[in-house]
Amino acid sequence: MNNAIKINNLTKKFGNFTAVDNISFDVQKGEIFGFLGANGAGKTTAMRMLCGLSVPTSGSGVVAGFDMTTESEKIKRNIGYMSQKFSLYEDLTVWENFRYYAAIYGVRGREIATRTTGMLRELNFYADRDTLVKDLPLGWKQKLAFSTAVFHRPEIVFLDEPTGGVDPLTRRQFWELIYKAAESGVTIFVTTHYMDEAEYCDRVSIMVDGRIEAMDSPANLKQHFGADSMDGVFRQLARKAQRTD
Amino acid sequence: MKQLISFIQKEFRHIFRDRRTMLLLLGMPTAMMILFGFAITTEVKNINVAVSDASHDERTRRIINALAENEYFNLRETASRQRETERVLSDGTADIVVVFDENFDEKLTRGEKAGIRLIADASDPNTAITKINYTTSLIKGVESDWATSTPSGRIIPNVRMLYNPQMKSAYNFVPGVMGLILMLICAMMTSISIVREKETGTMELLLVSPVKPIYVILSKAVPYFVIACVDVLAILLLAVFVLQVPLLGSVVWIMVISFIYIAVCLALGLLISTVAHTQVAAVLISGVALMMPAMLLSGMIYPVENMPVLLEWLSSAIPARWYITAVKKLMIQGLDISYLWKELVVLSFMAGFLLFVSIKKFNVRLQ
Amino acid sequence: MIVADNIHKNYREVEALKGVGFTVNAGEIFGLIGPDGAGKTTLFRILTTLITADSGRATIDGLDTVTDFEQIRKRIGYMPGKFALYQDLTVEENLKFYATVFNTTVEENYELVREIYGQLEPFANRRAGALSGGMKQKLALSCALIHRPAVLMLDEPTTGVDPVSRGEFQSMLERLKRQGITILISTPYMDEANRCDRIALIQNGKILTVDSPDKIIASYPDSLYAAKSDNNYRLLGRLNERPDVKRCYVSGEYLRVTFNTEAVPALDGVEIKPVQPTVEDCFIYLNSKRNNL
Repeated sequence: MNNAIKINNLTKKFGNFTAVDNISFDVQKGEIFGFLGANGAGKTTAMRMLCGLSVPTSGSGVVAGFDMTTESEKIKRNIGYMSQKFSLYEDLTVWENFRYYAAIYGVRGREIATRTTGMLRELNFYADRDTLVKDLPLGWKQKLAFSTAVFHRPEIVFLDEPTGGVDPLTRRQFWELIYKAAESGVTIFVTTHYMDEAEYCDRVSIMVDGRIEAMDSPANLKQHFGADSMDGVFRQLARKAQRTD
Repeated sequence: MKQLISFIQKEFRHIFRDRRTMLLLLGMPTAMMILFGFAITTEVKNINVAVSDASHDERTRRIINALAENEYFNLRETASRQRETERVLSDGTADIVVVFDENFDEKLTRGEKAGIRLIADASDPNTAITKINYTTSLIKGVESDWATSTPSGRIIPNVRMLYNPQMKSAYNFVPGVMGLILMLICAMMTSISIVREKETGTMELLLVSPVKPIYVILSKAVPYFVIACVDVLAILLLAVFVLQVPLLGSVVWIMVISFIYIAVCLALGLLISTVAHTQVAAVLISGVALMMPAMLLSGMIYPVENMPVLLEWLSSAIPARWYITAVKKLMIQGLDISYLWKELVVLSFMAGFLLFVSIKKFNVRLQ
Repeated sequence: MIVADNIHKNYREVEALKGVGFTVNAGEIFGLIGPDGAGKTTLFRILTTLITADSGRATIDGLDTVTDFEQIRKRIGYMPGKFALYQDLTVEENLKFYATVFNTTVEENYELVREIYGQLEPFANRRAGALSGGMKQKLALSCALIHRPAVLMLDEPTTGVDPVSRGEFQSMLERLKRQGITILISTPYMDEANRCDRIALIQNGKILTVDSPDKIIASYPDSLYAAKSDNNYRLLGRLNERPDVKRCYVSGEYLRVTFNTEAVPALDGVEIKPVQPTVEDCFIYLNSKRNNL
């Protein structure tokens, strides 16, 4: 079993509006999979279904070895999730945030302390463990948020626009963290608005109007569309979009 | 002028397009009137009464008959013995026990004091007091008959419930509800609508534009002023035609005093909007700082006269108190405007002062 | 046209701006580029007279932002970060409302917004809240332009807007510039820098540099190389351990490397080629240089 995610003909309708229209793809273990699309293309809806937060109208899928429609609770326990909007509690300290997430995912008492210490040392945050999260710079917060998302060693991490508005250097350090996690076997599923970030991914899918219009490695996509950057590829595809969000 | 008109037009659009706001503005007064008028009532009916009569004479019988005939009382037991008093009260047979002294009639005829003891279940003190009051007034009513029919009897003071002879609570609540509703609409809704513009960033643009701040303030105030006036009229109509509360005084003066009170509330709303940065904060501030005191300290629920001195003193800083008193006087007591000069002066002063402060505090910048 | 001189601004104990100064010439597109939290919005609010600086001075068209704020407010068009539109009003109502706010009518300055607003006219009766990001952006721009301002200030107008709309937006600005409007624009996207005549890179409340994008790129001191192998993450670790590597970071498909030596070492299974730095590379360089000082 080499697929972390495998979905077939997934569709989600809200009334007579088809947000996600019959999409199928699979993501291999340890792969960095970029999930792109313009605003309103259906990315968020698709991601919610994958995380077990929303039930598909039709279609099936397996995430982290569990069935999307029947085992969504098990899926939740085996994935990590991080978004730009909700990541950490601003009024708790770094240490308290880690403990909280660890407890949620059932990491055992003694292990929480050792793993937290290890992770904070690695990130060079150990000295700031008692700082309130709201007093940290944005870039640090994003790095910490990522660390909490992988703290319980999930099989897959879903990242929803994790680097919006972060400065270029921190953005790069963030991607180094992602690389590192992928290297250790975690599957990364990421959405982004930065087209250069799409090029970090092993494979990329581009969604337009609820359907996946293209899916391949960045190099192949660029070649296929005759573009010199992912930005060019995206523009060609997004221009076809009919609907607005 | 054209700017102002288009501003006001825009505010009305905001109000009319939000169904929840409309429901709050127009449904709330109706709902509150009906709730307070019918359901939440301090009026007491069906008082279960037991009598312990050791005298068995003409006078006690007349009192017992009066109790039995009265629609508010259910006479449950007439021959209970004194030692059974506790039993009747504790098992809920009676809410109140009337105990006559021995030789009741004789004592009175001799000009001595004759005693009636009223023993009540006071686990709910407020209703117990009301029940006792009802019973006392009934007994005094019977006594007053003797005073006129038998010249030899002693003079007994004649106590009547003035202005609200049936003690109908709706009478008290109508002015109270008016005070609350106007506070809610003018203060809370105005502050919310200004703070919402801060949240969405449109206030930034308005500040950056050459528009005079007074226009922004006026455009927020005018629609809620109009709606508040509609609500006052609606409440008055409901009160008179549905709850059958008499409208004894002048409607014109009720409207005048309402205008002044609305101005006070609008100014408070503006003031809140200068402090609050989110809609949630605006709701909290107006709820805690305005609505709670208006409910508890205005005399709407608890009479101001019964408050400790400190609270009584505090209550005079609450606009709703003056407004509710004024409306009570006008509407239920049917008093002339000359009895209201104090309320008028206090409310006008509050309106002037608060409007001045809130316009001064309205920032031309974001800080 | 816009002059900022040594502006400081603190919010309680947080220093938002630590002595910011630059000049925007009349008729140019000036980009203020930096990540979230760099101080862009604070600076915009000072220039649009919404807040006052703790120290330092700013003028627009010679008018002081503190004393002449009423004059300034008539001359600037401002588009705040959140597209300040009334979501419950229709497209047309929004535009008309802002026209009256600025004491003008839609008809009077229709020529200026025709090209932008024209695309929205089919949706004139749609509520602004139901528009897509790109359409909201166009409407907000129309509203900011309706009084024909001399200076247009756009705070992060492209955040949350897809790349296609972003591209269209840039061409609209080009055309406005040709009409003689000075444009100050802020963005966290470094790739938008090339569309500006001059840019200021801002980080942590300080300006890193001010110049034209070309000159900023030309002043990049090192020779920059792109490196790639079948596993870029391992390559990154390998390169960072080498003493002759000065700086190395990920950037899309390739890694970016600068060396301490003139000669480029030959590495097994690694493709290394020289590349032209981008504004983003310059930002990283200037930012780390500042941090090391």
